Amino acid sequence: MHDLYQELIIDHGTHPRRFGPLPEHTHHERGHNPLCGDDLTLYLKVEDGVIEKVRFEGSGCAISMASASLMAERLEGLSVDEAKKLFEKVHSLLSGTPVEGLGKIEALSGVCKYPMRVKCATLSWHALMGALEQSSEATEK
Amino acid sequence: MSKYRKDFPCYEHYPNLAYLDSAASSQKVACVLEAMTKTYTERYANVHRGIYHLSDIATGDFEAARVTVGKYFNANPDQIIFVRGATEAINLVATSFTQEFLQEGDEVIISRMEHHANIVPWYRLCHEKKAKLVVIECDAKGVLDMDAYRNAFNPKTKMVALTHISNVLGTINPAKEMIAIAKSHQVPILIDGAQAAAHIPVDISDLDPDFYTASAHKMYGPTGVGFLYVKKEHLKGMSPYQSGGNMIASVSFDDITYLEGPMRFEAGTPHIAGSIGFARACEYMMDVGMSYIQSHEQALLMYLQEQIETVDGLEVFGQAPNKIGIVSFAMKGVHPHDIASILDEDEVAVRAGHHCAMPLVKSMNQPALTRISLGLNNNERDIDQCIKSLKKVREIFSA
Repeated sequence: MHDLYQELIIDHGTHPRRFGPLPEHTHHERGHNPLCGDDLTLYLKVEDGVIEKVRFEGSGCAISMASASLMAERLEGLSVDEAKKLFEKVHSLLSGTPVEGLGKIEALSGVCKYPMRVKCATLSWHALMGALEQSSEATEK
Repeated sequence: MSKYRKDFPCYEHYPNLAYLDSAASSQKVACVLEAMTKTYTERYANVHRGIYHLSDIATGDFEAARVTVGKYFNANPDQIIFVRGATEAINLVATSFTQEFLQEGDEVIISRMEHHANIVPWYRLCHEKKAKLVVIECDAKGVLDMDAYRNAFNPKTKMVALTHISNVLGTINPAKEMIAIAKSHQVPILIDGAQAAAHIPVDISDLDPDFYTASAHKMYGPTGVGFLYVKKEHLKGMSPYQSGGNMIASVSFDDITYLEGPMRFEAGTPHIAGSIGFARACEYMMDVGMSYIQSHEQALLMYLQEQIETVDGLEVFGQAPNKIGIVSFAMKGVHPHDIASILDEDEVAVRAGHHCAMPLVKSMNQPALTRISLGLNNNERDIDQCIKSLKKVREIFSA
């Protein structure tokens, strides 16, 4: 089995889940890596502190797309605090610390051996943190 | 088998490396490194300053380097300015030359296939002066639209900056014709020779551009050094670029007189060992012979173009009839970074990305491309290794 390109990564990378717009989003953030061109926008619908719906759009390498897809699947139903804790765990995983209980996301563990590609995997997760730091667009409107 | 591969010490450390990224930066030949080490260990002091023996030796070697670089490009060494690289050279021309006369409403001609180094300085200058950047397009094969170029000239046209060879497409542009056309309109022209210098003969006296530049690091030489050729009639009128020591004739707090010639543009201590290494790289290529270099690389390009057809789902960009050993492609459904990562595991080094030519890559409707580029160090085995690995990418992504 390939370290980096596990079947699950290829699957999510080429057929990303939760892909598309989310007009009713309350938070959104763009993740852009100008050096490699990975570019995605993450949309969240947060209600009463719970992430109810997640979608993302954009283009990029299989690692960035798979990471965003796996993240989007996992986030739905989590509280904002749980999502922030999940970010910390994934951050550790991608830095080379074994982390348990991440389920499918653990398929990304091989990325830490490829320092040039870590930024691809973290792109959507940083967009998540950026989105959550903003105040709800719903209350602003 | 390239008989010159043994001249590249990187293969002693990575015997199985298929280095296919010479267009980004070439690997180095041993004689260049030896020349630089010798400078630093046996023949080093600052140049143009010391009265003592070592400074005299270093100055002699440094000025001899200018002569050698001039010889390689068939240009008068008195018109060769040592710079950090082609990027600095273009910035120098935009700042010390074009900026002096460009007016609001004037036009600067560039092309679709320029490297960012030959776009951004002109964009900035035009923006500052409220001048217009006129872009010459190229066709689907990657051939520059010469009719559009001919027709682009008008009384407002004040500068032309075009690449000799595209770093993405490999297209060899008709530099002599481009220069002649600019000259017929009395418009100064800069040719960016960064991709040309190590792969085709460049005869500056024959081409007769106003400015020509290349970087040593794409010519088997060191990083941090390159040259700018300036036509004599411009050299006198150009204002200094950076200022400081080495470029002045006299300094008082009331008045400063600048040196004439190349040194006026070489403020501070130059890259002495780098310039000597650059000259050694030029000598090396003259020893190998440009006709050998060209036939070797053209044979490899033919082989590569033939072999790459055997990989499914590839689209190759850049099919100009006249091109050097650069092949850029997209693989359906696979991002170039994924391709480059998988190739890397098989010790195949290729470039993936926008290649510092975003306007060109975007015009192909691709977010990024993978590029294979060839040099004197490559052989058929490198290509076989790359093709085999590309087929592996195909397998992984169609599973």
